[in-house]
Amino acid sequence: MTEPLLDIDGLTVSFPGTPRPVVNDFSLRFAKGQVVALVGESGSGKSVTVKAILRLIEFQGGRITAGHGWLHDGKGGRIDLFACSEQQMQSIRGNRIAMIFQEPMTSLNPVLTVGFQLREAVLRHQDVTRAQADEICLEALRQVRLSEPERRLVQYPHELSGGMRQRVMIAMALACKPDLLIADEPTTALDVTVQAEILALLRTIQAETGMAVLIITHDMGVVAEIAAHVHVMLHGAKIEHGPVHQVFDRPQQAYTRSLLDAAPRLGSAPPSPPIAPVATAAIEVRNLVLRYPVRRGLFGAHRANVHAVEDVSFAVAPGETLALVGESGCGKSSLARTILRLQTPQSGEIRLNGENILGFDHSQMKAARRGIQMVFQDPYASLNPRKRVAEIIAEPLQIHGVGSPAEIRDRVAALIARVGLPPEAAGRFPHEFSGGQRQRICIARAVALNPSVIIADEPVSALDVSIQASILELIEEIQVEFNVAILFISHDMAVVEKVADRVAVMYQGELIEIGPRDAVLRAPAHPYTRQLLDAVPVPHPSLRRDRPAAPRLIASPIHPVDAPPSVFVMDEVGPGHFLRRDRDN
Amino acid sequence: MLGYTVRRLFGVIPVLFLVSLLVFALMQAAPGDPVSMLISDEASAEDRARAAEAWGLDQPAPVQYLNFVRNALNGDFGTSFRYREPVMALVLDRLPATLELALFATLLAVLVGIPLGVLSAARPNSVLDSIGSVVGFFGISMPNFWLGIMMILVFSGYMNLLPSSGREPWGMGLDRVTGFLTLDAVLQGRWDALAQALRHLAMPAIVLGTSMMGIIMQVTRASMLENLGEDYIMTARAKGLSGRTVLWRHAFRNALVSVITITGLEFGALISGAIIVETVFSWPGIGLLLIQGITFRDFPLIVGLVLIYTSLFVLMNLLIDLAYSLVDPRIRMR
Repeated sequence: MTEPLLDIDGLTVSFPGTPRPVVNDFSLRFAKGQVVALVGESGSGKSVTVKAILRLIEFQGGRITAGHGWLHDGKGGRIDLFACSEQQMQSIRGNRIAMIFQEPMTSLNPVLTVGFQLREAVLRHQDVTRAQADEICLEALRQVRLSEPERRLVQYPHELSGGMRQRVMIAMALACKPDLLIADEPTTALDVTVQAEILALLRTIQAETGMAVLIITHDMGVVAEIAAHVHVMLHGAKIEHGPVHQVFDRPQQAYTRSLLDAAPRLGSAPPSPPIAPVATAAIEVRNLVLRYPVRRGLFGAHRANVHAVEDVSFAVAPGETLALVGESGCGKSSLARTILRLQTPQSGEIRLNGENILGFDHSQMKAARRGIQMVFQDPYASLNPRKRVAEIIAEPLQIHGVGSPAEIRDRVAALIARVGLPPEAAGRFPHEFSGGQRQRICIARAVALNPSVIIADEPVSALDVSIQASILELIEEIQVEFNVAILFISHDMAVVEKVADRVAVMYQGELIEIGPRDAVLRAPAHPYTRQLLDAVPVPHPSLRRDRPAAPRLIASPIHPVDAPPSVFVMDEVGPGHFLRRDRDN
Repeated sequence: MLGYTVRRLFGVIPVLFLVSLLVFALMQAAPGDPVSMLISDEASAEDRARAAEAWGLDQPAPVQYLNFVRNALNGDFGTSFRYREPVMALVLDRLPATLELALFATLLAVLVGIPLGVLSAARPNSVLDSIGSVVGFFGISMPNFWLGIMMILVFSGYMNLLPSSGREPWGMGLDRVTGFLTLDAVLQGRWDALAQALRHLAMPAIVLGTSMMGIIMQVTRASMLENLGEDYIMTARAKGLSGRTVLWRHAFRNALVSVITITGLEFGALISGAIIVETVFSWPGIGLLLIQGITFRDFPLIVGLVLIYTSLFVLMNLLIDLAYSLVDPRIRMR
């Protein structure tokens, strides 16, 4: 055993008013320079555990009721974190143990510059001048491979992308050269390509500095990418731990095995059955262009355009699922909003069952909306908390005046049963349900009107992996039963592989590749598609490969006002598999 | 930001235009004849007609309004019926008194309300928090005319500590430079006059600022509690920052946006509240002038004053909007 760093022994955390401790008798031994993953689903107590290590949980009302947390100083001395005064803890936080959080978008103070927030941590723990502190900050920013570090210092967080902000968070943590870095779901909120970069960065920095890393995650792919040891938590207790290969190859607990199995894995889906060609597509988009104006100057003159959707065309047949993949900001959501006519495009056509809905007036559009329904990403935010489930599902039927009250009641009851909820769910409120159950309610609401098209915007990315699978199955069953076309928006390639018949890849508002699922995922024709696939976390630690730790450069989506609508040529590279021809050639 | 300011200032023009039209129309609709205010009741019909002609009151209402607008564009807001002086001169003479009172009241409200709100939020349900909410509710629910009368009764009547009315004692002999007595006293090194001015300001400012203080305290507390639950507070704590730094540097900077909003909105209420307080304390400001103008049906004076109130309100809102962009870099004024 190498030099010990942190011994957590019997940690128990309770919240006043809850009968059971949230973390119960948790122990963890940590050696210097080790990379340990703590794995569990939401509610397993993993976040509470790490916040308890830094005694941050006390600010959220939690109380450490038992246990010791011995932090070794490397010279034979040790200190019990759980018995320290707040003052002692302040000298340890950010100095010997640093922490980064899940949400880079909200974890930096929006009204202070990046430089100020970095410098503040340095000045707090090191006896240096302001100029020396700035030098340390620049060094840390270079270490996290952020471009133009000098400029970053004077920028505000909102001027940076999510991945850049997470790099700033890591730089902040590294600035004082901690012995232990705690990373609480550091990549969950990021795009898959950015996730790969951040994990590679953490790996590189760990190798460079030799600090220990405790990474908290629900994603076994992240574990496979980075960890040497794994601890699995369930209901506030540790149920299994061991070296990463042992846990992946010979999981001892059924729960660990289910976690490993549940994680959708690229390359595991069976080949899709061919879809019979149909005369009329359920939804067809032709040469759609959507641009947002950029206004600047004294009178808000229209100076440039952001090209959100640029000459996009595709069609989805009844009963078919087209997956739309791409990073955040690539225009997937703008496209969905345009199809729902929540945004008015500059040009193009949207044909619902052959009719161009862009020419519809108000009353025609109301009728047409019956044909397009939506399932949103966040089932917690997309259900009205003051309405009962039956009212929520009945609402679209009432709006479109479908049937008598008795008929609507029967239809709602049938739908509730169809999505696998108990009949008594009808009278309950959304907050009484788990995330997965809520998404079932959303699905029932979406199919209530027998739509031709359902747009599902990341419908499972807010859910635990073990629940994802069952929701995806439900969506597929519903699709067969109602013969509905599904436009499935996702950034998760493994999920896409599971549900899609065809895949369309978007990049900066443009459709760069579209084709049958197996063709696009197994034989990607566009380099960006290959990048997306390469970024997917490996399913097993032995498949780890080197990835670059520096971020990719991204071109600006802002174009001059008078830029003519682009016309892209799609070349057929395989049966039904099209690749956008580059503008250069 | 400069462009934004310029555009906003241009935006004030139609507002002032509409307000003047509205006030003019209301005055026309009010019963009674302004000529009777200009001339003795016993005057002959001929004299009355001459007076009406001299003041332009014989013209049809739209013509009167157009005349008013034409003169106003040249900086002439008419002559007060009662004081027989140009309205602008009257208003500008009295405006500093009201502004000084309002500024001191705001200062008091901000200096007491904000720290109380922040500290209450730092330890919810503590003793300090309880004291804070008592003070806050007292401030919000206390009618200021009653508070003013009670303070006069106690501090002037029984204890004879503070003057009950006016801005300065007789014969203080302070030269008017800015019209702000405290500022004039400091500029001329007249410390005795400064003390006198502050003694006169104390009660009206406290009475006027109390309700604003209560509201600012409550808003600060609520906004702080909200911000203390944000993710970046956890980041700040994880850096090892002390509780005080987290509170003031991180949470308060973010809470400031709502505090500024409410301070700006309340400043409007404060200016209208000043009308009552000025009456109670015989404070020679534009509030008192307005009351007198209304009593005497002094049309030009009322219109002029309402336009001044509107301008003050609009200007304050502009300042608030500009302050936002200083506090929160995400808000960019375009």
